[in-house]
Amino acid sequence: MSREIHSCDLMVIGSGFAGMAAALFAAQNGLKTAQAGSTGGIDFSTGFIDLMAVHPVSEGTVWDNPFEAIRAVSRDCPDHPYARLSEDEIRTGLDAFISFLGSHDIPYTGDPDANVRIVTSAGTVKPTWRVPASAWNGVLALREKAPTLLVDFHGLKGFSAAQIRENCAPVWPGLKSVRLPFPASRGELYPEHMAWAVSDPRNQEALAASVAGHDTDAEYIGFPGVLGLLAPMRVVKRLEEMTGKKIFEIPTMPPCIAGSRLRGAFDRGFPDLAVTTFTQKMVRQAVRLKNGIFEFTVGTGHGATTVRAKNAILASGRFFGKGLTADRQRIRETVFDLPVTQPENRTLWHREHFLDPRGHAVNSAGLSVDESFRPVDENGIPMYNNLYAAGAILAGQDWMRMKCGAGLAIATAYRAVQEIVSKN
Amino acid sequence: MNIQTQVLIIGGGATGTGLARDLALRGVTCMLVEKRDINAGASGGNHGLLHSGARYVASDREAARECREESEILKRLAPQCIESCGGLFVAVAGDEENYVADFADMCAASTVPARKIDIQTARELEPVLSDRLIAAYEVEDGAVDPFMLSLDNLAHALTLGSSARRNARVTSFDIVNRSIRSVRVLDENTGGEFIVEPELVVNAAGAWAGHVAALAGAHIEVLYSMGTLLITQDRLAGRVINRLRKASDADILVPGGTVSVLGTTSVRVDDPDHYRPTVAEADRIIDDARAMIPVLETSRYIRAYAGVRPLVSRGGGGDDRNVSRGFSLIDHTSDQIDNFVTITGGKLTTYRLMAEKTADLVCSKIGVTAPCLTRTEPIPASDMGMWTEPGKAPRSWVEKRNEDDLVLCECEMVSRSAINDILNNMQNMHGRSVLKGIGLRSRVGKGPCQGGFCGLRVTGHLYDTGHVKGERGIAELKAFTERRWRGMVPVLWGAPAMQAELQEALYCGTLDLELHPVTLNTDKGEDK
Repeated sequence: MSREIHSCDLMVIGSGFAGMAAALFAAQNGLKTAQAGSTGGIDFSTGFIDLMAVHPVSEGTVWDNPFEAIRAVSRDCPDHPYARLSEDEIRTGLDAFISFLGSHDIPYTGDPDANVRIVTSAGTVKPTWRVPASAWNGVLALREKAPTLLVDFHGLKGFSAAQIRENCAPVWPGLKSVRLPFPASRGELYPEHMAWAVSDPRNQEALAASVAGHDTDAEYIGFPGVLGLLAPMRVVKRLEEMTGKKIFEIPTMPPCIAGSRLRGAFDRGFPDLAVTTFTQKMVRQAVRLKNGIFEFTVGTGHGATTVRAKNAILASGRFFGKGLTADRQRIRETVFDLPVTQPENRTLWHREHFLDPRGHAVNSAGLSVDESFRPVDENGIPMYNNLYAAGAILAGQDWMRMKCGAGLAIATAYRAVQEIVSKN
Repeated sequence: MNIQTQVLIIGGGATGTGLARDLALRGVTCMLVEKRDINAGASGGNHGLLHSGARYVASDREAARECREESEILKRLAPQCIESCGGLFVAVAGDEENYVADFADMCAASTVPARKIDIQTARELEPVLSDRLIAAYEVEDGAVDPFMLSLDNLAHALTLGSSARRNARVTSFDIVNRSIRSVRVLDENTGGEFIVEPELVVNAAGAWAGHVAALAGAHIEVLYSMGTLLITQDRLAGRVINRLRKASDADILVPGGTVSVLGTTSVRVDDPDHYRPTVAEADRIIDDARAMIPVLETSRYIRAYAGVRPLVSRGGGGDDRNVSRGFSLIDHTSDQIDNFVTITGGKLTTYRLMAEKTADLVCSKIGVTAPCLTRTEPIPASDMGMWTEPGKAPRSWVEKRNEDDLVLCECEMVSRSAINDILNNMQNMHGRSVLKGIGLRSRVGKGPCQGGFCGLRVTGHLYDTGHVKGERGIAELKAFTERRWRGMVPVLWGAPAMQAELQEALYCGTLDLELHPVTLNTDKGEDK
């Protein structure tokens, strides 16, 4: 049986932030684009878009201005991917990404050139760059230390308003908490079901009625991040009308609805941009033909497709995204078996303490790239002139500690796409 | 006010808790003080193997016979703590053939049952065995849950009128005229002190026995041998599998409910408070054991852990009783202290016998004639120990399914109501980490997520129920996470590397816990 063959200008491998951004920018630039990847980073996202906040990580220095932080890290860590990008590129890429989300019912808010502080589901306060508009009132309430009521629900585990209240008390004494039954449910609740239920106007009314009378002095009311599956601002606005309070969401423990919303926005937006998506399918095999074209096998068995692509962007993530894999001896790249810059042996991968401020060396392992974001060999020579890499798989960064995950993914994807566009 | 008791037991491991029960059954009331928590030392850091005795038939015939007798007693009297899974001894091509040839005779000489089976049968019984087997024997090994055993022993002693204090560290002895008059104990959490006035003191501090003895001016030379073990994600074999060779490293695989435990090693360490399993040891164990069980090369490991065995070079001094070479029972009369006894060394399998011999000595010294009852009296299953049993939580959740209950630990199916049961049973935490206490008393944090998700959920529940306030819960979560991390580092490749990255993405990438300055400083010694 001969398999269907799909031809394109660009194959994007990965469907996390970097993969989504690469497919988006490529399609917007008129490239015939295909994308494959399974559940990735975006599904575990809280919806916050970090750009850059902590450098040096060993000092835990938090920067208010992410662009100053990027300049500092580019100066101090020349192997950091940000060191290869201009501020203009970073801004343009992020603006384009955020604007796409805004046009698909997930508007974002933030301060022009400053990180904002926002409360997490653990009750910690973290810096980030842009937050979904449905979470923005939480930033303002914290900033103003405003009287605020935080609601959680019987049956929703991993989200304790009491925990958030207790941990925020020193910086936000006006925060109170209440646990309520979720409208028309009992037993164990799952964020996805709750988000669907809240999309129903009758449940919105029940929710508004159930908070009425609790702490009437509050200016703001915060909820777990389950206010609607597709268009949270519609639910937020409706609740604000009914309660007369300013409403916000705090994302629940990942995987949470914020991630599903992001994925949903791309699922809805990509068909119009003519991106061919192989959802929940991995690239199983990669061959480079004599003419330089890549031939990929996507998926397995009868569902497998052959994709021929003039260029490829590897945005397959790290271990969790399955872009990297490790055995007892070494770390490998999974699709092309590209050289991985890594510590000499496994004893150097991790530190004794999980929360060691310096971070773990394994997290800075990854693909080294040239100025055009093409993976290189030990001598700095590009492996292939039409293969690019973007996102967390890149060496020289620690997105978890530097708080640069989404920003780095989007900005490097933007650059990789620009390189391909400028060649054509 | 000073606390008066007949016997003060220092150390809450298998021996100390077993001794508390033995004495309580003889009508002697005890107070047990433990500087950390139940089984925090070697009693918790071992294979969980109930030895048939076959492992010792070459090296120590007496120990082999003791293991055989004691394992039979425990299977009968504490069935809730034991899985009588049986065991195999197998040799592979290249193993010493003389040892293999002598094995049956050595077992017979020690009265340890061992039945030769053909290689085909052995591989049918346990398909993970290598196709390069050259000999196989069936023995009566079992698996024991050491946490449940110690908790059940202690619970029984408490119901008989004894008392126990955890996180209580002995700091000094007041000795007058060759006799300990009082013992000063520091409550590690509150920083407060209390004084115990016992008739007699038993030092059952395991690897720390030398430290405790020194406080009383007695000298015991203790060397520390660290043994590392690896836990596989799945249960690889139904039975205990032993390498049929002279006792060595990495030659035993023991089932523990839904997992298997592989080990061990023996590395000298200088300090029983500072050791951790390493990458190099994990690799050494797998490199060696895969000859017997090839799938160990590709198995997924959940974590590594280690225990420190005390090796006492002064054995049996000052005591002429029938003491096995496996443990040391020391009457410190020879050190000019008449009411001070040390029991240390030994094996988990023979803890009851050690407790019996110690209690015999104690009773003879304080003039009690009641006989030992632990050979015949069953150990009641307690609420304290029940949630450590693998599979117990999911069974209970299915049986007692309440629509409003939640599963807080999804890997091991531990429900909110099970956590509440545990919380009700550990009311006297005196400021100790509640989360760590739950971890010790349940399967929380033991599954593939290693606490990454359930740690967060249980912490939320502790806030909801008022068990923690302020930033205390986050501090406990961080300490709990660091404790799990120690055991993860040696096995972080393959799927566990993915899991660890997810956890760091969650804890650091999303929640910024590494930037949150709060730490637990009260759990000295346990969260270093």
